[in-house]
Amino acid sequence: MDRLPRWADLALVPLISLLLAAIISALVILAIGQDPWEAITVMVQGSLMSAYGWGYTLYYTTSFIFTGLCVTIAFHAGLFNIGGEGQAQLGGLGVALACLFIPWPHWSLALIGASLAAAAFGAAWIAIPAWLQARRGSHIVITTIMFNYIASSLMIFMLVDVLRPPGQQDPSTANFPAVTHIPSLDELPLFNLIFTKPVPANISLLIALAVAAGVWVLLWHTRLGYQIRAFGKSEAGARYAGISATKITMIALMLSGALAGMMAINNVMGEAERLVGNSASGAGFIGIAVALMGRNHPIGVVLAALLFGFLFQGGAELGMWTKIPIEMRIVVQGLVILFTGALDMMVRMMLTRIFALFRNPRPVGAA
Amino acid sequence: MSDTSFAIELKGISKAFGPVQANKDINIAVPKGTIHGIIGENGAGKSTLMSILYGFYKADSGQIFISGKPTPIPDSQSAIRAGIGMVFQHFKLVQNFTVLENIILGAEEGAMLNTSLARARKTLKQLADDYELDVDPDALIEDLSVGHQQRVEILKALYRQADILILDEPTGVLTPAEADHLFRILKGLKEQGKTIILITHKLREIMESTDNVSVMRRGTMVATVKTAETSPEALAELMVGRKVLLEVEKGPATPGETVLKLEDLRIRDEHGVERLKGISLEIRAGEILGIAGVAGNGQSELLAALGGMMRATGRATLKGAALPLSGAGSDGQSRRRAGIAHVPEDRQHYGLILDFAAWENIAFGYHNDPDYQKNALIMDNAALKADTARKMETYDVRPPIPALAAKNFSGGNQQKIVVAREFEQDPVLLLVGQPTRGVDIGAIEFIHKQIIALRDKGVAVLLVSVELDEIMSLSDRIAVMFDGQIMGYRDPATTNERELGLLMAGITDQKGEAA
Repeated sequence: MDRLPRWADLALVPLISLLLAAIISALVILAIGQDPWEAITVMVQGSLMSAYGWGYTLYYTTSFIFTGLCVTIAFHAGLFNIGGEGQAQLGGLGVALACLFIPWPHWSLALIGASLAAAAFGAAWIAIPAWLQARRGSHIVITTIMFNYIASSLMIFMLVDVLRPPGQQDPSTANFPAVTHIPSLDELPLFNLIFTKPVPANISLLIALAVAAGVWVLLWHTRLGYQIRAFGKSEAGARYAGISATKITMIALMLSGALAGMMAINNVMGEAERLVGNSASGAGFIGIAVALMGRNHPIGVVLAALLFGFLFQGGAELGMWTKIPIEMRIVVQGLVILFTGALDMMVRMMLTRIFALFRNPRPVGAA
Repeated sequence: MSDTSFAIELKGISKAFGPVQANKDINIAVPKGTIHGIIGENGAGKSTLMSILYGFYKADSGQIFISGKPTPIPDSQSAIRAGIGMVFQHFKLVQNFTVLENIILGAEEGAMLNTSLARARKTLKQLADDYELDVDPDALIEDLSVGHQQRVEILKALYRQADILILDEPTGVLTPAEADHLFRILKGLKEQGKTIILITHKLREIMESTDNVSVMRRGTMVATVKTAETSPEALAELMVGRKVLLEVEKGPATPGETVLKLEDLRIRDEHGVERLKGISLEIRAGEILGIAGVAGNGQSELLAALGGMMRATGRATLKGAALPLSGAGSDGQSRRRAGIAHVPEDRQHYGLILDFAAWENIAFGYHNDPDYQKNALIMDNAALKADTARKMETYDVRPPIPALAAKNFSGGNQQKIVVAREFEQDPVLLLVGQPTRGVDIGAIEFIHKQIIALRDKGVAVLLVSVELDEIMSLSDRIAVMFDGQIMGYRDPATTNERELGLLMAGITDQKGEAA
């Protein structure tokens, strides 16, 4: 029936969804006997009101951009990659191997090499589920979930038995050589005018933004993107047009895996500077929510990643400065996902009715 | 000031969607106890008008009178209360419910179903006896034929005591026999004093079954006439706004060299059933070979194999060169490179990506075309949009907006997008499946003309259609398919529907086969 104007569809619906999530979150905080106003103040203070806070928020954002794009590209091929978590961990392995075993002359080359290794490892990790989907019809959702568990076991094995330096107790690799240290934002010209204290956000943020632009070009301006989107919309149509299902499934999923893997240049190379257990720490799953909220468009993904970056950093601050447990950030994230994803239609229908009220009897004012 | 002898009277109904005026000052009066036809091309505003009458849309202005009383219809519940029943083109039945359960759905009384079920069973029996509307009340919907499902929809409306029955394109999905039965039912309902509004674009049905007919064109009601006092030609002219040729004009064919040669083409489906049982045929340049047959006798598989959508065995040559039927070189891209254009039978399922814009659809299947590339990496979307605008103009696609999503075009205009894309490729061989299914008269004439123009340019055309009229008027030779085989060839000039009908049913004990 009557449709929403585009601006309402793109901006108003997510805003109202967020507002609803915030209200319910406030009620939950009230219910555990804490002050919601204090909570929101601490969250905003700690994540957005100082350069230092932004340094963390943007660090998380960078990871979420990569994993959000990972889900986005698979989504356009009509495939749901839930394995971003495992692919990101394998990406970390790729980064670690590249940094530890190749004598890089300069950080810039190390960054390029590590990015390629991360992408290759992420892509390789999804290659088996992708092949099973393309040739055997095994559902990608099931196989990628299973591969998350396998990735996790593999990483434990690698860190405990293979990569752990002798004598070290903690299951992680040795520290990467100093030459592979990539600049964080406080070490980059111009950015260091804003970020004066050391922050974890690093140059991979710029790479993430460039990759987001690249994904946009790929999807809407290349033949490959055209074929991915056509296949995603209609498999039967793709067969008519002579678009190979096997080829597109493999390519789209491996690109998706590569994007998840590339997240490791942010957290492993840019922040930890060594590979530790469970390196992706849930960012692979957050990517699903980011893509959902970002409407599977790179611009939306970047904005949604920023929101989740804020929630992550703000949530950590909650745990540090208030009596509200840090787990509250999981509740808030859950509510955000619930409202922006699952209950999106509810808000949309409500708004459609309200707009129709204004529109129908006689157009009231100018929109 | 209204007359109570009219079941429905609409006065000055207007409805706009944004800048599009879907209905403009519509006036119509339907006398009680008549069958009233509403015809118009796709997009003429018929469906909008009926949606207003059934409470799906609210008119911007105008009034509705039921039996002379002004009756606002804000929602479908009010429409039902006013005695209006609607039978949609796409049925709204619960597949795994029984007929009885579907009938009482939304009209249940009390907490327990038993009482309403029992009451419904009695009423149903009565209705079945009165109107020749017999269906097994305990059958599941999914087990019923399309014709029977439609009867359930009619019963649903009658059960809710509808006095006015609106049917939207009711014969689109029916076989000719089922359609005849439907019209007998409608006559019966009329004799019992019900009023029936029949929306269709099939002139034959209007002429055979209605008392009065209203013609819509581009949102306005251009005329209401007594059916007995008009003719199909006159109605077609009113609908389209110009003279329309209901018969195709075409000169004799001048066939050249053999373009496509098939020998012993066979296809097994995934259940191991043989769908094509050794098809051999030849098509020459500049001729149209029409494949007649009841749907589901292997025509779809034949098109799919030639279009690169299905693997087959056998031998095929295109202009003397081998055409692989499986493995490398048998996909849709290879077929297009070889010069085979394909208008698929199901445009929404295969021929278009409905969510894609028109310009994206113009590249569909031809996305590797060098004309559409800016460089090795980037597609030239601007060139593609310009090309689309040009094709939309040539093929009179309405509205001519390249950025509009395919799903927002009417069926006929969607087909024109597919046709424009495929016909403009300068093919050697053109595969056409059901070119005018669900397409309105003006567009049918246009598409037929284009097919013949391609033939005259020397293209070999393989035409598959379940419409015998279409096969007979377009083809230079007719092959009849039955059960995956070609039963024989006929000359359209000397054969008739009866003879073809027998072949289509698999009966061949007539004359010898022509090769």
